[in-house]
Amino acid sequence: MKIAVLSGKGGTGKTLVSVNLAVAAKEAVYIDCDVEEPNGHLFFEPKPIGSEQIVIKIPVVDEKLCNGCRKCVEFCKFNALAYINNKLIVFDEVCHSCGGCMLFCPEKALAEKEKMIGEVQYGVSENVTVVTGILNIGEASGIPIIKNLLNYAKGEQAITFIDCPPGSACIVMESIKDADYCILVAEPTFF
Amino acid sequence: MKIAMPVNDKSMESCVGNTFGRTSYFLVYDTETKESIFVDNSAAASQGGAGIKAAQTVVDSQVEALITPQCGENAAKVIQASNIKIYKIINDSIQDNINAFKHGELSLLEKIHGGFHGHGGK
Ligand code: SF4
Ligand code: SF4
Repeated sequence: MKIAVLSGKGGTGKTLVSVNLAVAAKEAVYIDCDVEEPNGHLFFEPKPIGSEQIVIKIPVVDEKLCNGCRKCVEFCKFNALAYINNKLIVFDEVCHSCGGCMLFCPEKALAEKEKMIGEVQYGVSENVTVVTGILNIGEASGIPIIKNLLNYAKGEQAITFIDCPPGSACIVMESIKDADYCILVAEPTFF
Repeated sequence: MKIAMPVNDKSMESCVGNTFGRTSYFLVYDTETKESIFVDNSAAASQGGAGIKAAQTVVDSQVEALITPQCGENAAKVIQASNIKIYKIINDSIQDNINAFKHGELSLLEKIHGGFHGHGGK
């Protein structure tokens, strides 16, 4: 069973609730999806058992092949590309790695390069497996990290607690995708 | 010289828009011929990266200056790569800003904001 813990804003006690639920369960997995500031591990102090770097693929242009047709610019619905001064500019942080522009380029001028955006760390703390996602500072989207985190939970038999980022942005929707239940933690003060 | 400005409506009597990336239209004004064209900002409805797309529209209209209340860092990168100068508006009147520009009374926009990416949270 997978239980996601979320809230409308930060500071309501999501981590407090999910950490304690995990400890109270006989055997549990705690997944920290709050990749911008994961802090569940501070309570568990898990013994590290491994880590994995998360890379995404972003386009690089070969200026010798690019003829400036702008098909890629029109295609990119995230507006990560601009064609300025006879040159294609790629905004790495805006790119969602959909790969579309590379397929569309009639001149085959776009190749992919790998970029590291963060890390997933595994550890154990008594009866709890602690999985923590960490997004590098300055990166716009932690979704590839969430995907990796949830992959870990896929075949998991033990009860899994997913500590979500605050709010209701795409990254939260991604975090609760596989959840069987959601717990909303509320607290009566303004933002 | 051609200049661009985010505006709320397709009229010289309308006001300067209060955003850049998600403004409804851009006014492209030629200070010599006094000709004005209104360009739809197709970026207004985009999910993300509106500033980049809006900046592409401004660059494609071949202006030499942009007069705007604000500008995000990605948009500024596009605009500046095309050697277009970014000036700050003095008020929300289109005509006042054009006059101030002609008299060299506008100052360059110094504060480039980090963008309004993501929503909710914190
Ligand atoms: S689609 Fe290919 S050739 Fe056309 S502008 Fe983009 S990179 Fe250049
Ligand atoms: S990979 Fe997708 S999101 Fe990234 S620049 Fe290409 S089309 Fe845009």
